[in-house]
Amino acid sequence: MDIFIWLFDLTVCAVMVLLAAQSLMVKDLFWAIVSYILFGLSLALVWARLGAPDVALAEAAIGAGLTGALLLTTAAAISQVTEKH
Amino acid sequence: MDSSGWAVGSRLGAVLIAVIVGLVGYAVWTFPSEFSGLSDHAIAELQHAGTSNPVTAVLLNYRSYDTLLEMAVLLLAVLAAWALVGGGVNEVCLVSEVSNPVLRGFVRVMTPLSILVSAHLLWLGDHAPGGAFQAGAILASAGVVLFMAGIDWSHKLPAWLERVLLTIGLFAFTGVGIVLMLTGRSFLEYPPATAKWLILMIEVFCGVSIAAALVSVFLGGRLRSRQTVLKKGS
Repeated sequence: MDIFIWLFDLTVCAVMVLLAAQSLMVKDLFWAIVSYILFGLSLALVWARLGAPDVALAEAAIGAGLTGALLLTTAAAISQVTEKH
Repeated sequence: MDSSGWAVGSRLGAVLIAVIVGLVGYAVWTFPSEFSGLSDHAIAELQHAGTSNPVTAVLLNYRSYDTLLEMAVLLLAVLAAWALVGGGVNEVCLVSEVSNPVLRGFVRVMTPLSILVSAHLLWLGDHAPGGAFQAGAILASAGVVLFMAGIDWSHKLPAWLERVLLTIGLFAFTGVGIVLMLTGRSFLEYPPATAKWLILMIEVFCGVSIAAALVSVFLGGRLRSRQTVLKKGS
């Protein structure tokens, strides 16, 4: 059982590093934001694994949910503005 | 900035990040493995704290002063957004004004459910993970999702109610502290007998304020959306 938990932890860590790199490097703003939201969700998973469900809840709701919505609407507004000009 | 300057800058940034990661890694590596910090004290005093969830006890009893200041910081963030953007719905909410029946139907089911979950989390904070901040965040996301579905629910909000919703958490928190001072205790030192209800009351008001603040920041500083701006997109 232990080995599975180790594998799970390692996978989450690797995925987080990949998602962080992707959200910084990818050219398309939309994909950068989607990677960021996925990063926030994996971070919530990490908090849950570390035994901090309170922080996990807050991270999922604010870090992934609300911030993601805010960034997506901002990106949409930016593309609207650039289309106009 | 020309391209060579940019390269130097990003190289410097990379070095800086490597140094910081190294320092944090060293700090984590040298943690004592058998060190419980203050958690033993926190759990020992739990019976007087008015809640059986140690996290809530720390946030709203032992260190309630911090939480009070956090509420003030949240309000400041809203004021900053209000001053910078001046409120009004940003144009994206208008994009989804294109009536999408699936989204609207989904929102119709999800909104009452979110409100229920939010209230449940608030109540749950007394003895399990949950509490005002999580409850407020979920309530706020319900409000944001409503906007994304093109339902403008806040333009009929009277101006005074908007201000009350944003500040009531801070006022209730400070008010409880001052009333406790008048009864001869120190600021926010709850009497153990009524601590549970005082904490619950503060959490309810703070939850409402947190939700209002998060939605306000999303809408550019004002909870009350401007209907005139909304009409422009259609």
